[in-house]
Amino acid sequence: MIDKIFFNFTRFSALLILIIVAWIFTVLFNHSLEAMNTFGLDFITKDEWAPNLDKFGAYAAILGSVISTTLAMMLAIPIAIGVAIFLSEIAHDRIKGFFGISVELLAAIPSVIYGMWGLFFFVPIIRDIFGGLGIGLLAAGIVLAIMVLPFMSAVTRDAMNTTPDILKESAYALGGTQWDVIKDIIIPYAKAGIIGSLILALGRAIGETMAVTFVMGNVHKVPSSILDPTTSIPVTLANEFSEADSSLYFSSLFGLALTLLIMSFVVIAVAKFYFLRKARRA
Amino acid sequence: MTAVQKRVIINKIALALSTFSALIALGFLFWILGVLVMKGVGALNWNIFIFEGAPPGNPESGLKHALVGQGILIGLATAIGVPLGILAGTYLSEYGKNSRLAHTIRDISDIMMSAPSIVIGAFVYAVVVMPMGHFSAWAGAIALGIIMIPVILRTTDDMLQLVPGELREAAFALGAPKYKVILSVVYRGAKAGILTGVLLGIARVGGETAPLLFTSFNDNFFTTDLNEAMPSLTVTIFNYATSPYEDWQQLGWAAAFILSMFILGLNILGRVILFAGKKRK
Repeated sequence: MIDKIFFNFTRFSALLILIIVAWIFTVLFNHSLEAMNTFGLDFITKDEWAPNLDKFGAYAAILGSVISTTLAMMLAIPIAIGVAIFLSEIAHDRIKGFFGISVELLAAIPSVIYGMWGLFFFVPIIRDIFGGLGIGLLAAGIVLAIMVLPFMSAVTRDAMNTTPDILKESAYALGGTQWDVIKDIIIPYAKAGIIGSLILALGRAIGETMAVTFVMGNVHKVPSSILDPTTSIPVTLANEFSEADSSLYFSSLFGLALTLLIMSFVVIAVAKFYFLRKARRA
Repeated sequence: MTAVQKRVIINKIALALSTFSALIALGFLFWILGVLVMKGVGALNWNIFIFEGAPPGNPESGLKHALVGQGILIGLATAIGVPLGILAGTYLSEYGKNSRLAHTIRDISDIMMSAPSIVIGAFVYAVVVMPMGHFSAWAGAIALGIIMIPVILRTTDDMLQLVPGELREAAFALGAPKYKVILSVVYRGAKAGILTGVLLGIARVGGETAPLLFTSFNDNFFTTDLNEAMPSLTVTIFNYATSPYEDWQQLGWAAAFILSMFILGLNILGRVILFAGKKRK
């Protein structure tokens, strides 16, 4: 009797996850219907975002999301791979422990703090070097890169650490240098895991809101250079959701949220199901 | 230059580059931490804990409202997320095991763990704030609770699976029903692990800002009314930091420092508990 009740409780809780996810998609979809019906494909191809005229085109926001995350990935990936190699192959055990734990702890620092630091300390530097306002895609990309770096390095290191010692030792026994072992043994062996980890970090970066909201500018315009202030999907949501006044405006914001959810869902699913699963099987 | 020499040189260059990138990363991260500590400690004083928010320029302003609000929000979120997460994790590890349903739930929950938190905020806005007609602490707590479930689920699932099957079998052999085996044998064996999962879950949602922006919103004054907008440390940081007033920005740094110490503390505590639990065995 109690056995049955307990079982049903646990099963219900587990199924709740699926229900919530399905519910999130349905709710976002239903609420964005009005915008989709009004604008059709224009919603993602036009960049005019004028709440006073009831015109909403999300192109600038989508483009801003794509460019800022691409920029962040270009900056973060080489450094993260370097850090991962350092942590798994170069550092002595004692440094490895200390450095490894600090990297993991830094991944836990709230993103709002990265954003605040970016606004007060990094934006002025960009302003001094490149001129202009300082806020914009470049600042957003760099702050985002710094913000995903700890997570990315930690998961990449974990992927590299799956290489069996015996493989590495055989390569050393053949006279390989450390770099030979890294590039010919570890990277080929852990390739799927490394790529999966990098894409997973990308999935997180797309949805990251607070770190970029501070430094993006929230200007709905396709930027002419990476120094221009612009916007991205999460930045628009964060700035405008509590201010929206017409139902079409709300609907467009829900449309943005749905777009963002789909983008990150796809990226994360590719990382998890294609690359990381392959890595586990190998 | 012989082939060996060439390889040795390339090796040195590659290793130097990777060490260098580690130094760059460490440099940036310590820069952020340094700024946080310098600015945060500089702005700390007792007034912060005594006074609530005030208009800029008022020396009698503090963060009491945000600290209490943050506590309430996290407390409620924990009350929602922890039981559901633990029960769901229990199902996966004890009943579902390797069934297709269990794997689907694990996969979806893993994706949810990395899904954009601001989207959860939009969802809760649609299903809680819109029907209620106004922002509320409940909405914020529900959003945080939803974010917390996958974290707790994952650690509970992993930790329960580490409990040896022989223990379960021994309890079954004594005639214990399955729920009893789970409650008094499996949970006890995985106590440290589950506790760590809970602490990490709390740490995870403690730093979330985006899902609160339009659920619990914010308030500059002290309140304990769960049906009203509720101030939180994170949203307060955002509002104060983006304000043009110097004294508000100072308070923002103090809030950022307190929040980071809280979250780092939880993370460290979680690790210590897990480590201590492992050592005892």
